[in-house]
Amino acid sequence: MPRLSSATYLEKFRKEILDHREPNKPCVTICSGTGCHAYGSEEVFGGFVKEIQRNGLKEKVDIRRTGCHGFCERGTLVVIFPEEICYVGVKPEDIAEIVSTTLIENKIVDRLLYVGDDGNKIVRESEIPFYKYQSRIVFGNNRLIDPKRIDDYIALGGYSALAKALFKMTPEQVLEEVKEANLRGRGGGGFPAGIKWETTRNAPGNTKYVIVNADEGDPGAYMDRSLLEGNPHSVLEGLIIGAYVIGSHQGFVYVRQEYPLAVENLNIALEQAREYGFIGTNILCSGFDFDVKVHRGAGAFVSGESSALMTAIEGSVGEPRPKYIRTAVSGIWERPSNLNNVETWATVPLIINKGADWFTSIGTEGSKGTKIFSLVGKVNNTGLVEVPMGMTLREIIYDIGGGIPGGKKFKAVQTGGPSGGVIPESLLDTPVDYDELTKVGSMMGSGGMIVMDEDTCAVDVARYFLNFLAEESCGKCLPCREGIYQMLKILNRICEGEGEEGDIELLEEIAGVVRDFSLCALGQTAPNPVLSTIRYFRDEYEAHIKEKRCPAGLCKALISYYIEPEKCEACMICLRNCPVEAITGGKNLVHVIDQDKCTKCGTCLEVCPPRFGAITKLSGVKMPEPVLQGAEVIRKRGGKR
Amino acid sequence: MVQELAEVDEILGKYGGDRSALIQALLDIQRENRWLSKDALKRVSQEFGIPLTQVYHISTFYKAFTLMPKGQHLVSVCLGTACHVRGAPRLLDRVIETLKIKPGETSADMRFSLDTVNCLGCCALGPVMVVDGEYYGKLHGNEVGQIISAKEIE
Repeated sequence: MPRLSSATYLEKFRKEILDHREPNKPCVTICSGTGCHAYGSEEVFGGFVKEIQRNGLKEKVDIRRTGCHGFCERGTLVVIFPEEICYVGVKPEDIAEIVSTTLIENKIVDRLLYVGDDGNKIVRESEIPFYKYQSRIVFGNNRLIDPKRIDDYIALGGYSALAKALFKMTPEQVLEEVKEANLRGRGGGGFPAGIKWETTRNAPGNTKYVIVNADEGDPGAYMDRSLLEGNPHSVLEGLIIGAYVIGSHQGFVYVRQEYPLAVENLNIALEQAREYGFIGTNILCSGFDFDVKVHRGAGAFVSGESSALMTAIEGSVGEPRPKYIRTAVSGIWERPSNLNNVETWATVPLIINKGADWFTSIGTEGSKGTKIFSLVGKVNNTGLVEVPMGMTLREIIYDIGGGIPGGKKFKAVQTGGPSGGVIPESLLDTPVDYDELTKVGSMMGSGGMIVMDEDTCAVDVARYFLNFLAEESCGKCLPCREGIYQMLKILNRICEGEGEEGDIELLEEIAGVVRDFSLCALGQTAPNPVLSTIRYFRDEYEAHIKEKRCPAGLCKALISYYIEPEKCEACMICLRNCPVEAITGGKNLVHVIDQDKCTKCGTCLEVCPPRFGAITKLSGVKMPEPVLQGAEVIRKRGGKR
Repeated sequence: MVQELAEVDEILGKYGGDRSALIQALLDIQRENRWLSKDALKRVSQEFGIPLTQVYHISTFYKAFTLMPKGQHLVSVCLGTACHVRGAPRLLDRVIETLKIKPGETSADMRFSLDTVNCLGCCALGPVMVVDGEYYGKLHGNEVGQIISAKEIE
């Protein structure tokens, strides 16, 4: 494939690709993101290849492995074009039926369709409520392309923004467009990308760098992974445009090594982009040179902080450094370096193609465009969702997410990862917006949105995050290193039933020091989970401390499993399943848990048949007197008591 | 050991002594040999011209590196926030009970190593356990015994 030597040639090539594709030719697309991969999408793909071959349909039907569709709860997702028929939870055993029923007989396999709340089955992917309420301007193309084939990206208009920027706009004009669009950093900081680009562009020095931060470290957030896996070219295109504005000829992609598929697809994309002439010397014969190096992370959350990341790229330990001078002026090897998040870069081509006016028509006053969230935890429709800024948390969790499973009550939603906070039910109508989320004590963050229900303990959540941060702290500065550790010690005591009067006030005091005096944002934002859980769930802290009670029934040291003698039907199920043989009893003998042996694993509660519901968790109350040895279960005639 | 160092040399050859590639080289060695031995680190120090203490600094800073050999089967339990909220600590307890080792440890017979991970990005499947690159999701704990036994026979 000869290099594309001009914008005109690119358009010609794009037309050729489209001319060779029949828009109405049936195409079976199989979601192959890491989530569906874990469900077995590779086997599904292999199965389709075989079955289509077996039925002599190889020339008549295309098969495509695509990037992540986002509806991870229902993988493996298979969408058949041109009708856009969406089958959920597809397994290898379903393939033969799909091929014969849908591909050959043109009929639908009902049992594989998504069923709405009203019991109606939905055929088309875009009509499923999970997708219907989203605005998938950045993420949407994932489902249409094979990330290992650059032609798919080009067929959808890929690299046209780059051609426009290189040939129809000056770097200053591109910069103005991005500034007017008010694109704020999607990695969590929310800093205006255009201003950062301008600072780097104007910084003294001829050698400048642009960087993609793909070190997505917030647990529970995987938007960047799916974008990089599913549509790596969108990120690269944005990066090259940014480099053009800034005057950089060397880019870096810093990606977690825990994302092997993203690393693989990125490397393939780079190879193909180089082959086609989108990266390298004299891009599209514009005279602009630019190349990209991939740098794998090695497992350190703190290395995702921008100055730490740049230090890691230099080959040293990825610890943050004091930012008396911004990294935009003095970054990698003290040269001006512009770092942006994966999603930020992927949004740039859209802004160039469709204009800042279009972009600013979406979103709120202070937060323009859309944001991709990973909606996870205690929610029915787990997955990746892209919504316009300004949509409320309630709409996201209930309309898109389908609410809380198991009929449980919503407790809080956690945003912003370890730097963020919890948002309770009373504030569910808060719109998703950088400033609004900060006002309620949380933050946008990279996009993790963890839904919690009545069984989640607020104190445990704070402890969880502090535990994470204590491990991930680089240890360089005292407030972070010692402060987080001390807060964690207090929280551990509280959860173990050894909380003391004054603990909450002490936590707040230490939090203030850590927040105000830590070197980098890891420490500065570490107190957020603690402070926000105290703000909205102070009663839970007080119950743990004063009553030694865990209202959510989670903290092991504060709960006991108890079999209610009147409800026990002596079925022996819990007895047999207890991993430490802590339950005594027998046929017709009420079962009793030996509290000294019990490890609080919760298996008995899980296996007790719902119609008996004899097992309960007690917390903060005195254990009832044990049932006498050999107490019999008295059965009335007819088998019912 | 000779074999192992030969592999190290091959990997280092790719990087041509470029100091900024130190972490990348160590990642490749870790993947190839399943650990970073003292001899491997000394070789890396020589080739890159970086003091051994600095190489150790990096090897002990990042979670991806281990200075002890890993077992034949790698078991990881995800402790990301979404998995945590769905009961990952309980799952981890069951795994610890079954394997009889704690996170970060390797069994005495070198068959199993256990680690925790802070997010695999498969939150829809939470809680998740990965064994030798195979993902097992929506686990309650009862299945752990079966999964591990199946690996023991392999």
